[in-house]
Amino acid sequence: MITTSGLTKVYRSRGREVTALDGVDLHVREGEVYGVIGQSGAGKSSLIRCVNLLERPTSGTVTVAGQDLTALAGRGPRAGRELRRARSRIGMVFQHFNLLSSRTVQDNVELPLEILGKSGKERSRKALELLDLVGLADKAKAHPAQLSGGQKQRVGIARALAGDPKVLLSDEATSALDPETTRSILQLLRDLNRQLGLTVLLITHEMDVVKSICDSAALMERGRIMESGTVSELLATPGSELAAALFPVGGEASGADRTVLDVTFHGEAATQPVISQLARTYNVDISILGAAIDTVGGLQVGRMRIELPGRYEDNVVPVGFLREQGLQIDVVGQEALLVKEGAK
Amino acid sequence: MTWSEMQPLLSQACSETLSMVLWSTLIAVVVGLPLGILLVLTDRGGLLQNVVANKVIGQIVNVGRSMPFIILMVALMTFTRWVTGTTIGTTAAIVPLAIGGIPFFARLVETAVREVDHGLVEAVQSMGGNTWTIVRKVLVPEALPSLIASTTTTVIALIGYSAMAGTVGGGGLGDLAVRYGYQRFETQLMWITVAILAVVISLIQFAGDFAARSLHSRGARSGPAPALRLLKAKEPAAADVSKVA
Ligand SMILES: Nc1ncnc2c1ncn2[C@@H]1O[C@H](COP(=O)(O)OP(=O)(O)OP(=O)(O)O)[C@@H](O)[C@H]1O
Ligand SMILES: [Mg+2]
Repeated sequence: MITTSGLTKVYRSRGREVTALDGVDLHVREGEVYGVIGQSGAGKSSLIRCVNLLERPTSGTVTVAGQDLTALAGRGPRAGRELRRARSRIGMVFQHFNLLSSRTVQDNVELPLEILGKSGKERSRKALELLDLVGLADKAKAHPAQLSGGQKQRVGIARALAGDPKVLLSDEATSALDPETTRSILQLLRDLNRQLGLTVLLITHEMDVVKSICDSAALMERGRIMESGTVSELLATPGSELAAALFPVGGEASGADRTVLDVTFHGEAATQPVISQLARTYNVDISILGAAIDTVGGLQVGRMRIELPGRYEDNVVPVGFLREQGLQIDVVGQEALLVKEGAK
Repeated sequence: MTWSEMQPLLSQACSETLSMVLWSTLIAVVVGLPLGILLVLTDRGGLLQNVVANKVIGQIVNVGRSMPFIILMVALMTFTRWVTGTTIGTTAAIVPLAIGGIPFFARLVETAVREVDHGLVEAVQSMGGNTWTIVRKVLVPEALPSLIASTTTTVIALIGYSAMAGTVGGGGLGDLAVRYGYQRFETQLMWITVAILAVVISLIQFAGDFAARSLHSRGARSGPAPALRLLKAKEPAAADVSKVA
């Protein structure tokens, strides 16, 4: 639904150059909720603003719903008619809501419809319908300043939906909200995604957001996408930073001569008594350092951090046994070793 | 001088001042508003970025704004004669008043429009709005309370200018005060004029503040105190009036 290829954005100001995006290839499928996560300054906002060309990419292409937006952009800095029409089919919600204080809630939602040239009757029908959808039917005549943050964001979402978009872009839509309100807004986005088949691309720096509503995610660092994929793909990727962050397990090794393993269970595997089998078969003492079971992107996943006596070299056979059981094993603190092994 | 002698003088002077200020304000607003908006739009990073146009408009506005009014009036004589056919009288005074008022108002408009949150502009861009839509639906309505405060400030500044225009043949209250109070020592008439001006200025300020505040509070029950915002907008004007006087 949204595809960027080789997207690059370089900001030039007063002779200094900042590369905010460095060859970003992103692919968001129709009907999914896609989260882009990264630290401050990673280029997340630049990326989402390039998707509807609020920011002109320096190079690369952006395709939304099969339409190459970069081709519509034209040469000048101003958006031509074609690009504006394409934008009106992409909804956008903002961290600071960006509602007009001079208008009532209803009039704010009507604004995109005014731009589309809809008649007054049609506008108010649609606006009231959308306000009902986001649960704010009783606030139509209020002014934004009279609403709470969560209510304002609901208005922002209703407004973004006014043009019947297929795609919704959200730049830190919940970052200005408290945890409780964040949950309700995310739930709303999830519901809209399901009910309307809306494709959602959302930017966030909170892992919890990705965890609670995303089907797919990408990790951004210094203008590049470091990892990306569906949540289950990511969780199945050994050494995935994103997976580790999505589903952290704690626990430190109790001594130097120990092997620490992260064992990830998916669905069925979780029910088998593998750990006790391991202990019996190889006669090893296993300590459990930490464990958690959680729902990530709608999937039941369990993760356990265990410790075996001896160094990794001494435990190659037990680790092999665990892998044979269909479990995903990440050896903690052994990245260097893995690389050496791979080189052989 | 008795009251019955003063009364016709005063009422004529009042209506002259009224017409000078009203017309010149009207022109200053009609021309200054688009000019002020253009100053913002053509600025670096603006929607209609055009560095050359911005520099040119900015320079014209700066010169117009810092030119002492009395000099502007004299310098514009030829132009005034060309427009109105005369250089004296109330109608002739409207020309330099309006031309002095345009850059004054344009700068205030620029400040007011610049204060509009850029996020709102982006929101409308993301909906597919063009520049004209942004001006009409975002910049002007969102800046409206400040624009009303700016208009108040301009009216008051123009009352100040009009007193000066009056002394060189424009008539009005300023002229009356100078002719009778200063030249004929009719102190009583002068004080009445001063009182009328004080009352009129206070009323305008009050009405302007009230309008701006009620517009503002419709948006922000709990926002920043509107009175403070208005005071901030008033400061440059106060400095300007004193410079002119
Ligand atoms: N208009 C601009 N002009 C110059 N540099 C910019 C501009 N916008 C962003 N940058 C730079 O580009 C880089 C990426 O910024 P961006 O806003 O995309 O980061 P982000 O991931 O959204 O960060 P945050 O989480 O803080 O919002 C930063 O180094 C920033 O300083
Ligand atoms: Mg950002």
